[in-house]
Amino acid sequence: MRAAALAIKTPEGIVFSQHLAGPVTRFLAWFIDFLAISVLTMALGQTAQVLGVVSPSAAATVYTLGYFVISFGYAILLEWIWRGQTVGKKLFRLRVVDAEGMRLQFDQIVTRNLLRAVDMLPAFYFIGGAACWFSRKCQRLGDIAANTVVIRSPLAAEPDLTQLLAGKFNSLRQHGRLAARLRQRVSPAEASTAVQALIRRDQFEPAARVALFAELASHFRAKVDLPPEATEGVSDEQFIRNVVDVVYRTGAGRR
Amino acid sequence: MIIDLDRFIAAERPAWIELETMVSRLEADPNPRMSLEEVERFHALYERAAASLAKLATFSAEPETRRFLESLVARAYGEIHETRDSRRRILVLNWFIRTLPQTFRRHVRAFYVAAAITLSGCAFGAMATAFDPDSRHATMPFGHDRLRPSERVKEEESRASDPLAGQRSTFSAFLMTHNIRVSVLTLALGMTYGVGTILLLFYNGVVLGAISFDYAADGQTGFLMGWLLPHGAVEIPAILIAGQSGLVLALALVGWGKSIPIAARLREASRDIVTLSFGFALLLAWAGFVESFLSQYHEPVVPYEAKIAFGALELLLLCFYLGRSGR
Repeated sequence: MRAAALAIKTPEGIVFSQHLAGPVTRFLAWFIDFLAISVLTMALGQTAQVLGVVSPSAAATVYTLGYFVISFGYAILLEWIWRGQTVGKKLFRLRVVDAEGMRLQFDQIVTRNLLRAVDMLPAFYFIGGAACWFSRKCQRLGDIAANTVVIRSPLAAEPDLTQLLAGKFNSLRQHGRLAARLRQRVSPAEASTAVQALIRRDQFEPAARVALFAELASHFRAKVDLPPEATEGVSDEQFIRNVVDVVYRTGAGRR
Repeated sequence: MIIDLDRFIAAERPAWIELETMVSRLEADPNPRMSLEEVERFHALYERAAASLAKLATFSAEPETRRFLESLVARAYGEIHETRDSRRRILVLNWFIRTLPQTFRRHVRAFYVAAAITLSGCAFGAMATAFDPDSRHATMPFGHDRLRPSERVKEEESRASDPLAGQRSTFSAFLMTHNIRVSVLTLALGMTYGVGTILLLFYNGVVLGAISFDYAADGQTGFLMGWLLPHGAVEIPAILIAGQSGLVLALALVGWGKSIPIAARLREASRDIVTLSFGFALLLAWAGFVESFLSQYHEPVVPYEAKIAFGALELLLLCFYLGRSGR
């Protein structure tokens, strides 16, 4: 069975994970690269045509060698200078990395690209696609030989909690003891669910959004017996925002 | 317990940003050099970020911060724990004089196996032509089955004009790229536990054996040697090196006599496979040039003795280079 993420345990005992790219995303990235190679080949053809006016033989030679260099060198060169990315991979935020989390080496890049010769057999990367589908780490044969994986690398921006946490006034902060009890009773998984709901709030349909936050609010209200003035006039979504604020920002009430 | 994220981030953020700056600098610089103090600082920052990640994974499920830290720790981990030589500057002359021949010799047994497979193919091709002349259609590609060798020799030697005039460079480019593609496939088929590599080497041998026997049996050995040796002296060893690299890959997969895991075996073989592949590509580029600009000229334009001497000299130099260079 295919894993969604590649977990790497460091000698220090820390585990971090890389999200593996699936075969479909990889195929789409490859298609973009195929288009990029086609554009480069067309440009080469135009150049050769101009050269053909002077010497048809030289034009044919340039075209033959140029096409060979483009088809073999495109992925090798880009993955080398862009550290595991090509145009298609950049577009889909994919990256080739060492399967053990080490620095990607030049020989790994060359190996995985040379082995495209067998991955693309008999047509349209059938063998590579099948290998990727059945491999646990979603590796085509080239990846297995080079010990590489393709990961999804979303932009890892600096964390910004201002969007999630409550504004200046948080009615729960008026009841310090109850807020402390709430913090004590909320598990990390429950807190994460509330955070996820806040992060994705704009992606829900209005009715679903109201229903979701109503359910979450009722769940968190049941944790602690809050006085009516702590929740009165506060919408369910604002209540969850207040809960997240209390749970994740213990010191804010003392400021 | 859930940690106070605001306070936690405020306390740790400067260290994370410093680490990110250092990692970005290392990633951007092809040949990074750090002082001892910088290395110590880098290591301390990495350990601090790793500890933050562990703390966050245990005491908080906030995904954004965790994702940021995972990405940062992953990047720093790769820089710190990498022990392989990661110089980006390749010293071409050193690679040619030392690395390539040394790598070839390190795996010379795989080369002998590739040569033995090709020779057995040659024997099979020769026997097939001897005992079943009809097999020519199956064993001789590129139209060699259409003419008897003596007819072709007569045709070539009486040719008044050069059929490749003005096309030699194109023909040379075609030969180079075609032969390199076939050789890369021979290497890549090593991933079939060597079965594909062996089949391709054997087939090459069959073609070579069938054609050679056909010319020899028709009394055209001089022409055959003069035609094949100038480029074949380099091209055939190059194809054998492609087979050698395919077998090195297959051996890494099989792992006979090695107790290390498959990923480690492949990691070990990867650099040598790439070195050998650049080696055979280089040799095939030369062979393509010679085949187009010399091999296709026959007597009376170029005496066969001269062509054979040239081929023999090339073979001698190649043997010396692969056997002695970089010792």
